[in-house]
Amino acid sequence: MSVIEVTNLTKYYGKSRGIVDVSFKEEEGEIFGFIGPNGAGKSTTIRLLLSLIHPTSGSAKVFGKDVVTHGPEIRRDIGYLPSEVFYYEGMKVIDLLKYSASFYGKDCTERLHELSEYMELELNRRISDLSYGNKKKVGIVQGLLHSPKLLFLDEPTAGLDPLMQRKFFDLIRKENDRGVTVFFSSHILGEVQRLCTRVGIIREGKIAEISDIRTLQQNNYKKVNVTAAGLNPATFDLPGVTNVQTENGTLHFFFKGDINAVLQKISAIQVADVTIEEPTLEEIFMHYYE
Amino acid sequence: MNANIYRHEFRFRLKSVIIWSLALTFLIVFFFSMFPVFADQAALMNEFLARYPQELRAAFGMDNMDLSTVLGFYSFIFMFVQLCLAIQASNYGFGLVSIEESELTADFLLSKPVSRAQVLTSKLLAALTSLTITNLVVWVSSFAAILLFREGREYDMPTLLLLMLSIVIFQLFFLSVGLVISLLVKRVRSVTPYALGLGFGMYVLSAFSGVFGEVALELVTPFKHLDAPYIVKHVAYNTPLVLLNVAVTIIALAVSYWLYTRRDIPAVS
Repeated sequence: MSVIEVTNLTKYYGKSRGIVDVSFKEEEGEIFGFIGPNGAGKSTTIRLLLSLIHPTSGSAKVFGKDVVTHGPEIRRDIGYLPSEVFYYEGMKVIDLLKYSASFYGKDCTERLHELSEYMELELNRRISDLSYGNKKKVGIVQGLLHSPKLLFLDEPTAGLDPLMQRKFFDLIRKENDRGVTVFFSSHILGEVQRLCTRVGIIREGKIAEISDIRTLQQNNYKKVNVTAAGLNPATFDLPGVTNVQTENGTLHFFFKGDINAVLQKISAIQVADVTIEEPTLEEIFMHYYE
Repeated sequence: MNANIYRHEFRFRLKSVIIWSLALTFLIVFFFSMFPVFADQAALMNEFLARYPQELRAAFGMDNMDLSTVLGFYSFIFMFVQLCLAIQASNYGFGLVSIEESELTADFLLSKPVSRAQVLTSKLLAALTSLTITNLVVWVSSFAAILLFREGREYDMPTLLLLMLSIVIFQLFFLSVGLVISLLVKRVRSVTPYALGLGFGMYVLSAFSGVFGEVALELVTPFKHLDAPYIVKHVAYNTPLVLLNVAVTIIALAVSYWLYTRRDIPAVS
């Protein structure tokens, strides 16, 4: 059963676009990366799934239930870490976390302390005295303390130092091992590459591509670098070659198609060095945005 | 209704409730302590007042009140009490859901497993509890002030009770109208100007309606719906106007629920 099932979901804020005709599925136990630049509609999608906003058309199901009609029921098993965290300024961290826990009708005390200790969060400080990174930690503990089955992480690492980021990723992996499904929105590709099994790329409110992270890298462009004396870019004038650049006697280009065609061309010349690599997600990603 | 939200909301407003209650107690006791002087020199006082133009007296609702009687004097103070209660209730009404949105804590609350209707009901009940505490403080300080300073002058208890019972209707009007306006406008950035606007605005309308004797304005403002001099004079409410007041309150509440359950919570921008 799909944990998230989004069908032709569209959201307009008045006349301005939120997302248009977005469809995708996320299976149980997956870590799904949702990538796109700022303003592409990542947060809009998450906010629709949490029914913080209502769809203009289309539908979305979480745990097989419609998000508009079954919101409260669905949210019982959801943890949400927003991209920017805001909490009641006058409250103490511990009181906020207890308030948060009180909604789930179960004892979360042990988990609360466990998580705070792990994230090195001081419980007796006032929210208003916390730095941005520390508020983010409150968000993480708050999102996880009721042991949700589905986690929405909206650009979760912003404001965390590298050490904390690593701890956070370990935590998410551990949760995932216990069977928790994760929906991970980000514009930082490195972290998506590290964590996710499948990615959806969103651009200007529309899904540009959904695929396995491996397939995305394999069925894509190869990055070819050839170093040789007196190299002529016209040598590699083949169908499937793009983005040809010459730099210090090295020729860089992207190639998509039968790699033998390129190999034949290379073997015909005297080369000093050749590398053929898979592109990073970043480069694939940039391609979708050109 | 969700007990956690209720408790949280109530605590959030506790300080404000205490301040309003103290202010109102001070207002009632301080003003009423002047009653003996007014009562002793009633003739002089009325002569003094008669020198003011009729319009000015009407604006302050003093054209049909006798400041030499306990209830006449009390109804004069009661208008200022009403003004304070109006501002307080509007303040709670305007802030009820808009503070969460402007301080961006709405995301936290609404991503919890509670329905919008539950959130709104819990918040409304918490605000109503806060207003009721203030209401009770007004009751107690009014009775205390009258007992302390009436100096043996008689007053009609049922009339006083009518005045006191009108407070809750009055508060509910401003609470619900404030709430519905806050949901109709796109974003309330700061609550206080709105609350002062609604409270004072209604008061000024009522004062103008006194000056011009215009009927249309009476229909709008709760200060006329629950006009203290009228209640004292007739020992009864102006029933059609009170019904109108209650109807507006109920409609405002119904529309608020309708709007809030369909509302898109604004994100950080």
